[in-house]
Amino acid sequence: MNSMAPSGAPRAPKIVARNVTKTYPTLAGSITALDDFSLDVAEGEFVCIVGPSGCGKSTFLRMLAGLEEISSGTIEIRPGSDPGKPLNSVVFQEYAIFPWKSVIENVAFGLRMRGIGHRERHETARYWLDRVGLGKFADYYPHQISGGMKQRVSIIRALANDPEVLLMDEPLGALDAQTRVVLQEELLRIWEETRKTVVYITHSLDEAVLLGDRVILMSAQPGRRLATFEIDLPRPRSIDAMNTPRFAEYRAGIWDQLSSEVIRAMELQQ
Amino acid sequence: MTEVAAKPVPVSTEPVPRSASQAADRRAILILAAAIVALNAVLAFVGLWIPFAWLAILASFVLVVMICERLGRMVPLRRRTAYERALAFGFPALVLLLWQFSAQMGLINPTWFPPPTRILAGLWDMTVRYDKFSQTSLIGRPWLIPEYFGRDGLAGVWTLLSESHVLATISRVMIGFVLGSIPGILLGVVMGVNQTVRLMLDTTLSAIYVLPKIAIFPIVMLIFADPFGEGPKILVVALAVFILMTINTMAGVRGIDRVYLMAGRNYGANGWQMMRHVIVPGAMPVIFAGLRIALGTAMIVIISVEFLRAKQGVGFITFYYWEVLNPEKMYAGLLVVMMLGVVLTYLLQWLQRRMMPWQR
Repeated sequence: MNSMAPSGAPRAPKIVARNVTKTYPTLAGSITALDDFSLDVAEGEFVCIVGPSGCGKSTFLRMLAGLEEISSGTIEIRPGSDPGKPLNSVVFQEYAIFPWKSVIENVAFGLRMRGIGHRERHETARYWLDRVGLGKFADYYPHQISGGMKQRVSIIRALANDPEVLLMDEPLGALDAQTRVVLQEELLRIWEETRKTVVYITHSLDEAVLLGDRVILMSAQPGRRLATFEIDLPRPRSIDAMNTPRFAEYRAGIWDQLSSEVIRAMELQQ
Repeated sequence: MTEVAAKPVPVSTEPVPRSASQAADRRAILILAAAIVALNAVLAFVGLWIPFAWLAILASFVLVVMICERLGRMVPLRRRTAYERALAFGFPALVLLLWQFSAQMGLINPTWFPPPTRILAGLWDMTVRYDKFSQTSLIGRPWLIPEYFGRDGLAGVWTLLSESHVLATISRVMIGFVLGSIPGILLGVVMGVNQTVRLMLDTTLSAIYVLPKIAIFPIVMLIFADPFGEGPKILVVALAVFILMTINTMAGVRGIDRVYLMAGRNYGANGWQMMRHVIVPGAMPVIFAGLRIALGTAMIVIISVEFLRAKQGVGFITFYYWEVLNPEKMYAGLLVVMMLGVVLTYLLQWLQRRMMPWQR
């Protein structure tokens, strides 16, 4: 496993996770969700984590976000030069945008929590809304817009917060196939422009290969790191990259290892 | 009924065009209407209507429903709202009409079930009458306000307002409602957020919740220096509302999707911001559902308290007219209670739209 710095010049690691383990106590003894998981993510790197359901990838992301306790091991997100910036912002699978706030207030939420004034935070929110073509919907409430639009709002809520690290937990998982492709394309475009450090959890191999600099494959419960794939497709990428033979090779290579894990996970669940 | 309604409506086997199916509906409506008349007429004629009254009423109701369903199919889409409104108001009107009719015909005892017109007349009489003995009137004779104001200024207006039964009841309900719901919501939020407090209080609250509040009224009276004053009445309303709102708010807070709490935390909300931006708005739909129920409970409690011990109030006059065997005015009192319920519910709905603009 070649876990360290990706191809090209070695960059300073932004996220350092060492021997992270997560166990849940139950009456029948403790269950290990994640076992001895280590990961370095370089500044400006896009890392995708794939694995069968129940492999602890979402748990890991929540631990990165500080939303869940770590049983043992360490996780560190190195702050940048600007101490006012939040360390991480999460894009949740179920959108998690607040139904009681209008679209623009949702986008400005993180800024508001940090005490940024009304005018400034609304300017920032408007900039992002325009950027994903939601300018017209600023004053709508979430129940008035479609699923794809909701997830756009959720994504730009994180981007408007301008975090050191963007953590995305299957952000496109709940969308239909066509909306998904559109949003993948949009994500690529925004990422090429911002070059944020991203940890991206997904079920979809296509998505992982299309978006990621690196794809981490995890095993079924308990979650362990199984393999790492460097995705050496040229940037900037677009959805067309999916039609190249290289893409298919990567995809087949990952599926080769993943399929046996998926079957094992299905057997575990029975 | 069987004879007429069972007659098969001629049905052609080939697919029926739209106009033809409408014609069939029209025919069916006529037949069904005839069936209602025939059914009741035959029963009345044989002298069996009264022993079989419930069956006759049930069968007539079913036939009316069948007629209305066919009518509904014939209504064009743009008239749909009007049709639904007509059903919603027309059916109760029909029931009242039948009530009126059967009371006048002596089918039901008009002493205990006076016809609606007499109830309305009673209501009118109560509205305009000033009871010199108890110094009260139903709504406080607002038409005298200019005169009293000219004579005594605001003090005169106050005299008029304080003689009103309706205002007495409304103010007890509203004050009790506010005094009960605000602390109830606060405690409910605390119990929803903090497991320790919840475990300590939950069982006790469930126990008090099922206790009829009227049963603790005597104890509540003892707390106050003036046991017959407004204090105990308001407190017992507040208590009922408080318990309900605590339980409901707690359920509302606990029902907030975990992902919103995670999002709030991840985006840097501190304790107070969490409350204001995530927990309270997240629980708001359940809180308002609770307020709606609490309003009904508050009305029940205040009316029964006024039945029991009051010199003024809608519950008091309702009970008073029952005691003096004046059923018209007793019904009129009940009518006022219902109207109060409707008005207060509308107020609450207005408040809900103001507070929760995200729900359309």
